[in-house]
Amino acid sequence: MDLKERLCADNWAKSSSSGNELSEKVSSDLPSFSNFISPQHQQKWEDSPILDYDIRCKHTFQDFNQPSQTQSSLPCNPNTQSKIRCQQDGQVNEMCQNNKLQDWDPRAMLNNLSFLEQKIRQLQDLVHLIVGRRGQVLGRPDELLAQQQQLITADLTSIIVQLISTAGSLLPLVKHTPSPCPPIGQLGQLGGVLFPSVVGLGSGVHPQMDFGRKASDQSNQIDLTGNSGSEQNCTIEEHELKDEEDADEGENLPPGSYEILQLEKDEILAPHTHFCTICGKGFKRDANLRMHMRGHGDEYKTPAALAKPNKESSSEPILIKRYSCPFSGCKRNKEHKKFQPLKTILCVKNHYKRTHCDKSYICSRCNTKKFSVIADLKTHEKHCGKDKWLCSCGTTFSRKDKLFGHIALFQGHTPAIPLDEAKGPAGSSDGLENYDATSKAGSINFNFGSNALSGSGVQNIVDVKGSIDDPTGYFSPLNFDTFNFGGFNEFSRAPFDDSETSFSFLLSGSCNYPKKGGAESSSTNLE
Amino acid sequence: MKKQKTIETITNNNNIFDLLSEEIIFTILDNLNQNPLDKKSFSLVCKSFYTTESNHRKTLKPLRPDHLKTILTRYPNTTHLDLSLCPRVTDSSLTTISNTCNSALKSINLSRSGFFSSNGLLSLAMKCKNLVEVDLSNATELRDAGAAAIAEARNLERLWLGRCKLVTDMGVGCIAVGCRKLRLLSLKWCLGVGDLGVGLVAIKCEELRSLDLSYLPITNKCLQSILKLHHLEDLVLEGCYGIDDDSLAVLKHGCKSLKTLDMSSCQNISHIGLSSLTSDSGGLHQLILAYGSPVTLALADSLKNLSMLQSIKLDGCIITCGGLKAIGNCCVSLKEISLSKCSGVTDEGLSSLVTKHKDLRKLDVTCCRKITDVSIAHITSSCTNLSSLRMESCTLVPREAFVLIGQRCHFLEELDLTDDEIDDEGLKSISRCHKLASLKLGICLNITDEGLAHVGRCCSKLTELDLYRSAGITDSGISAIAHGCPDLEMINISYCTNVTDSSLISLSKCLSLNTLESRGCPLVTSLGLTAIAVGCKQLMKLDVKKCHYIDDAGMLTLAHFSQNLRQINLSYSSVTDVGLLALASISCLQSMNILDLKGLTPGGLAAALLACGELTKVKLQVTFKSLLPQALLEHLEARGCVFQWRDQVYRAELDPKSWKLQLEDMVQ
Repeated sequence: MDLKERLCADNWAKSSSSGNELSEKVSSDLPSFSNFISPQHQQKWEDSPILDYDIRCKHTFQDFNQPSQTQSSLPCNPNTQSKIRCQQDGQVNEMCQNNKLQDWDPRAMLNNLSFLEQKIRQLQDLVHLIVGRRGQVLGRPDELLAQQQQLITADLTSIIVQLISTAGSLLPLVKHTPSPCPPIGQLGQLGGVLFPSVVGLGSGVHPQMDFGRKASDQSNQIDLTGNSGSEQNCTIEEHELKDEEDADEGENLPPGSYEILQLEKDEILAPHTHFCTICGKGFKRDANLRMHMRGHGDEYKTPAALAKPNKESSSEPILIKRYSCPFSGCKRNKEHKKFQPLKTILCVKNHYKRTHCDKSYICSRCNTKKFSVIADLKTHEKHCGKDKWLCSCGTTFSRKDKLFGHIALFQGHTPAIPLDEAKGPAGSSDGLENYDATSKAGSINFNFGSNALSGSGVQNIVDVKGSIDDPTGYFSPLNFDTFNFGGFNEFSRAPFDDSETSFSFLLSGSCNYPKKGGAESSSTNLE
Repeated sequence: MKKQKTIETITNNNNIFDLLSEEIIFTILDNLNQNPLDKKSFSLVCKSFYTTESNHRKTLKPLRPDHLKTILTRYPNTTHLDLSLCPRVTDSSLTTISNTCNSALKSINLSRSGFFSSNGLLSLAMKCKNLVEVDLSNATELRDAGAAAIAEARNLERLWLGRCKLVTDMGVGCIAVGCRKLRLLSLKWCLGVGDLGVGLVAIKCEELRSLDLSYLPITNKCLQSILKLHHLEDLVLEGCYGIDDDSLAVLKHGCKSLKTLDMSSCQNISHIGLSSLTSDSGGLHQLILAYGSPVTLALADSLKNLSMLQSIKLDGCIITCGGLKAIGNCCVSLKEISLSKCSGVTDEGLSSLVTKHKDLRKLDVTCCRKITDVSIAHITSSCTNLSSLRMESCTLVPREAFVLIGQRCHFLEELDLTDDEIDDEGLKSISRCHKLASLKLGICLNITDEGLAHVGRCCSKLTELDLYRSAGITDSGISAIAHGCPDLEMINISYCTNVTDSSLISLSKCLSLNTLESRGCPLVTSLGLTAIAVGCKQLMKLDVKKCHYIDDAGMLTLAHFSQNLRQINLSYSSVTDVGLLALASISCLQSMNILDLKGLTPGGLAAALLACGELTKVKLQVTFKSLLPQALLEHLEARGCVFQWRDQVYRAELDPKSWKLQLEDMVQ
């Protein structure tokens, strides 16, 4: 989460000061929202005239709109992904320049307009592409057509919105009557239009919650609404993916109501999915790539370039994407009779690894349990060795109630008292357990950090030095895949997450506190 | 016994006892229970008597575990072994027991013993296959391993684990799986045991009749399975704070077989929880709700379904008048009501309650300070079958009212009038209760010898008399009691400052006397004590604290004659080293209070403590702590003796009247 936060923060830092102080960015690396209302920033807000405020609004709109356009075309032709990425980067570049110059002079307006022009041209290209491909794609023509129409309408909508906002900036009356509330409402509405999927997936609450919490800093809210709205949604998906793989069986989407994508085995098992178009370095996350891009020049440092491209920007009706496992015969394969699609790419990855790959990760503690997903191993290792609830049949349980349930069920089974019972009272060991958990979690993280570093450690370190990469990521890149991520999420997520898993996240979060502190200090040291 | 001896010598080789079958002699021996020494005498008559007696005895209660092997070999038919007098029972003792008794042993009591571990228990459980009863209460060092060892006793039916605080769910789980025949299980104060352990017990031990879960940190989670037990009759949930109304509301059904339910000190349970718990328990006989939620109309209404209810205890509850009336109306016919220390008991409520329950046998209105003669009039007129009436500290009841008790309640066996206004007239009336066995007249300042003489004349079955601080009593009263009540077992004449040796001499005629408390009787001397020692062979507990004239002479005779003495309080008397050393020869002496003995030297004390092998508790001046060698104290503690160090200065006694005034001042 702090990654995103930082992104937001960076946005603000960048635009408010319209400068490019690196130190500023680093300072905002602290994984807490409180940074947003740090006095430094506030002062800047006060300094900058109210005008600035509106610029901000507009700026965010642009943020949303632009990526949405490019992003929406992604699903259609995954093969040209990288190409589009290039385009996008270029746009972002321009966009940044736009932003810099946005100071109510006609030139800015001109820029805006030229940008719009470019967008329209892009759309034209897209339509051309579609026309060109129509002949080739024979399967499911109707569906594809509908899809394409949706995409085009989505892009058109975004262009219109952009146009209106540009026009709005010309009206002096509008910009000089800034009341704190309307922008939010406006944005909220826009959000509704632009990111219907966010609302659709039930996470529309999140931005609202953020409103309430960040009432002190209006502008922050706006950004948060836009940026975090959909992103948080993503995070949740990432967290729950383990459950989701099983849980989505209950999801009864009628066949055809969603688009089925199927990644190939190589794609699934590739360690990186995002590659730098300049140096070719691979990243697991787009956000990290964007951070990395900053090293390639100032044009990548603009808020627009750094902001997360919005994936869900297509207009309603939402096109639901579902994934198919490439393994033929698998229930998750689209050819299967009772095909049950996977929800996200992460689901695909984990499913494929768990089901169709060797279990290459062996628990270093018990040397028996094997896993194919490293996150599973981590989860296991957290509890491994603590299966102290032992039955006479030899079965161990990590929870006492599970043991007692087992004993209640089977005749002749009885609780086995550990031989070293005298060492300490078994009853009052709860406190000890927690203590163990903390220390263990710490050590595990360390292990992973070192393991993962063997591959791309050097680069990572470089990243950190440039204050580009997430310090915690450097510490243990794998953290992102699992519960640790939840730990960092805690502040923003915990209050409104009522799912069962939130509890465990909280736990892991609390386990991570010391480490987090370490990460912070490391980042500040690097300054 | 002497007769038997002569018979034996006359018949010489022709022993007529050879004609008696063993069964007949056993039947005779069965009736020889009065004095434990009788059987000893019998066995000493001849070899055949010795063998017969050895084969007859089934219960052993040894004072020390040292000679267990010899004892158990001598008594091969021992089925019940009570080791509660042995403070130190080691694993080797238990191994000896298990090797000697084998499968003969059915019951063992280790409730006051320490120093054994799971190994000893394991050998006991493995060898003594027929063990059905084990008392492990107060085994505070016992852990799950010990519980797991006990679980090997597959035939166990009754098990007490009170205050085994280190036993957890795991240990209890082992017992639940191992001892499937359990009928009684007491887990009182086993603070390590929670829902899981108790739940498993309820699932596995289907034969359970009685379950004590007092003060366990349990919730309704295990209650669900407990209430499914088909035979459960007695359930104690005292002080289970984890159970509340909300959790009880979830229970779908109560327990049909339940006869006794104790929910004392469950402040979180009101009438709502009670009704859901007892919804199916129509056969409930006894309900104990002491120190619980206020007794109101609603609570009383929830008793409506309990048609078999005979006894209800509401001690320490806040009670409303309406609640009392409603209990009177809804319950069929109660035999026992306890309202001790209930605030809110008024004449109106109590009267309407007792008039509805004419068959009442036991009534406890201790410290119901608001009731007056109105209540007493109603109680005595409607409950004429009353066998027990406790009305300590009912200070508003006038002296005339006590006459009514004697006039109307002739079947009283137990009467507690401590701190009441009763006078001689009342006592005279009460003496009509011929069955009276226990009479408590402590702090009754209005009574004199005259009244007590009536009691002595008529209440020949009196076994227990308490005259604590009843200052009007002198020797003549006591002597009337001593003559009229030959079965007297316990008497308390503490702070009856006018009592002299002649009282003790007359009391020495009461051969069954086992407890004598004459604390703070300044006129009592060693002479009186000697008479008691010679006469009352059963004496087990003696308190002569603050009797300044009690000295070594008394101790010497006591040591010689009172071989059953267990507890003695000699504080502030004139006993010295000599007396204490003499006392040490009493083999079963377990507890000594020897504060502030002027003539006591560290050397004498050390010798006495060493000589007294069975001591479990010694209370003495803190100054001795530094004067006694540390090694000695450690040795004694290893033997199972607990020291209580006190640093108290002697306070001069107030006379009883001003003492009571001071007490009342403190209350206000």
